[in-house]
Amino acid sequence: MAEKEKTNQETRAIKKLWIVIALLCFLSPLGLLASGTAWGEWSSEQLRTMLGYIPEGLERLGKIWNALLADYSIPSLHGTAGNILSYIISAVIGVGLVSFISFILGKIITSRHGKNDA
Amino acid sequence: MHIPDGYLGPATYGTFYGIMGFIWFWSGKMLNRVLKTKQIPWLALGAAFSFILMMFNIPIPGGSTGHAVGATLAAIILGPWAAVMVISITLIIQALLFGDGGITAIAANSFNMAFIMPFSGYYIYKILSAGAPIGSKRQIIAAGISGYISLNLAALFCAIELGLQPIIALTPDGTPLYCPYPLSVSIPVMVFGHIAIFGFVEAAVTSLMVAYIAKLDPDLLKIHHG
Repeated sequence: MAEKEKTNQETRAIKKLWIVIALLCFLSPLGLLASGTAWGEWSSEQLRTMLGYIPEGLERLGKIWNALLADYSIPSLHGTAGNILSYIISAVIGVGLVSFISFILGKIITSRHGKNDA
Repeated sequence: MHIPDGYLGPATYGTFYGIMGFIWFWSGKMLNRVLKTKQIPWLALGAAFSFILMMFNIPIPGGSTGHAVGATLAAIILGPWAAVMVISITLIIQALLFGDGGITAIAANSFNMAFIMPFSGYYIYKILSAGAPIGSKRQIIAAGISGYISLNLAALFCAIELGLQPIIALTPDGTPLYCPYPLSVSIPVMVFGHIAIFGFVEAAVTSLMVAYIAKLDPDLLKIHHG
């Protein structure tokens, strides 16, 4: 009986925390209000403006990867409303992916050790 | 704090792939021993929370931005090895899908945010909260302080990695090949932003969530209590 009560309490906690995360997804466009770039994360073009040149290796390596949803934006969505929608969709996709992968990896790791189930 | 592609030379990012390769391997070995099935839903929550938290960019004077990470919170709830795993997964998805942090820099970024941060935060929390009752003021303050210090440590490591580049990687005529700013610039700038602002955000988030979890499910905090 006490064990069941404990499980219920944990299930409720997990549910509530997922609601918090869902709320944060919808609030995430607030993060777009910060228009600047984090220190050390400038684009090649920004660096050209700042330094007058682009470091050679940086320019070469900087092109190594083209992310599908670079800067949390969906390529076909434009304008302010588009940016806000992009950011929310990116948040949902990102949250979904990282939690799914963590969940699956957790399953794989614990499945090898039944004795951990207690 | 997400180092993009091109800011670290191959010698640096290669070294970090070596170091993190070992840490990832070791965390897998440790988790094989300590991870429990009832922790699995919390792994998913920890990764999700860290991902969404990092989307909240905060502006600081001077035009720069930053954010909290949530790695110490993850370590307090899940233990440091599980935090290594979930924060690394988060950083890998950010790099691959969203271009936030470079793919060459995944290991360096993981070293800072998914290793230095959760481990330092976890042990600072353990020491400061030792013997404090669950949900007590001291426990919640301990969570905040550990969040603050650990985020600053991660930022310091990031600044050192970037600031080393113009010392170790130059063209024959002496122009920087990768990150152009030396340690004398990178350390003060990175440390200032995190000491003055982002560290307090990390502290507030860590404290708030530990207080909330202490209310929702106090037993969860017993597992990794000091």
